[in-house]
Amino acid sequence: MSKNWPLWEVFVRSKNGLEHRHFGSLHAADAEMALENARDVYTRRNEGISIWVIESKNITASNPENNGELFEPAQDKIYRHPTFYDLPDEVKHM
Amino acid sequence: MSEEQIKNLENQFEARIARDEKIEPKDWMPEKYRKTHIRQMSQHAHSEIVGMLPEGNWITRAPSLRRKVALLAKVQDEAGHGLYLYSACETLGVTRNELYEQLHSGKAKYSSIFNYPTVTWADMGAIGWLVDGAAIINQVPLCNTSYGPYARAMVRVCKEESFHQRQGYEIMIKLANGTPEQKELAQDALNRWWWPSLMMLGPTDAESIHTEQSMKWKLKRKSNDDLRQQFIDQTVPQAELIGLTIPDADLKWNEERGSYDFGEINWDEFWQVVKGHGPCNKERMNARVGAWEGGEWVRDAAMAHAEKKANKNLNKAI
Repeated sequence: MSKNWPLWEVFVRSKNGLEHRHFGSLHAADAEMALENARDVYTRRNEGISIWVIESKNITASNPENNGELFEPAQDKIYRHPTFYDLPDEVKHM
Repeated sequence: MSEEQIKNLENQFEARIARDEKIEPKDWMPEKYRKTHIRQMSQHAHSEIVGMLPEGNWITRAPSLRRKVALLAKVQDEAGHGLYLYSACETLGVTRNELYEQLHSGKAKYSSIFNYPTVTWADMGAIGWLVDGAAIINQVPLCNTSYGPYARAMVRVCKEESFHQRQGYEIMIKLANGTPEQKELAQDALNRWWWPSLMMLGPTDAESIHTEQSMKWKLKRKSNDDLRQQFIDQTVPQAELIGLTIPDADLKWNEERGSYDFGEINWDEFWQVVKGHGPCNKERMNARVGAWEGGEWVRDAAMAHAEKKANKNLNKAI
């Protein structure tokens, strides 16, 4: 049984001024082939002007099971939002 | 995990879907949800890949350069759609090789329509118009399905699919307005593809075993019979517009329902084809397995080359 091509994640910048966004994944033997395949699979209709590929195994992801401890602490910190602060109506440009 | 805990998680899960929340790969999900999605998404991916074969048959014989580039682009799109869907499916923890293995061994199904032969150029028109037309009706509701990666893949697929249908219908228009022989080709293709296209939307609701659960998970938003009716109602006027006749003596506008009544579908034929006894089941699988096995040395060589290059860089670094 031969070795399988590894999995790569594809990120595409659709135009200058925008960030690269995750588009999907594909299999390729190496980075160069991943880039070429990404061009054919994900940008057949001018969807991109720049592509990043990264082997999927190099991505470390948070686990949804830890979402509580990771993300909930932000919920009660409403003082991080401008609407927390009371200002008189007469104040302009703030 | 105790049974009660699992039940609890399942309830929370169903509630999330009911609230229209999306499920992402690493979220907890019932095993049945995972399995059903692997089955449906891979079946969908296999259909795209096998779907290239009947059309690939005509690329070298397209009647003009315009038709040839369009058909080539369409078939390339289908490869792309298969790849989006395989990738989405792999997020559920199944490998690409397992998926191929299921297709090649006959364990996984693909759309039965691709087991019919493409004997004339007009078949390229009929497939684009009818088969892609039916596929769009099936696929548009899936852009809102509950599993995130599937929904995102479907958004991309649907955006690309409408060119497929239009290029097919354009072929039919040209033939229908051509010489009597050309018109005859168009009518013949419609005669052969009409009923299989209706079958493509799946067994009747009474026979469809997965519908109820799939509706709950938003893997399905409309029943097979509703989709079929929608397809018929929108396609009949398109046939009339170009002077072709739908091959159904019982087809009649029903004023009261605001829909077309139509004749009996030959479900025996459908089940025969699903079970592997269609006109081209063997040919399709031989082509597919042959391509996979014949390409093995290329995949191995690419891998060996990549490893050699990686080692070279490593040695340089040392």
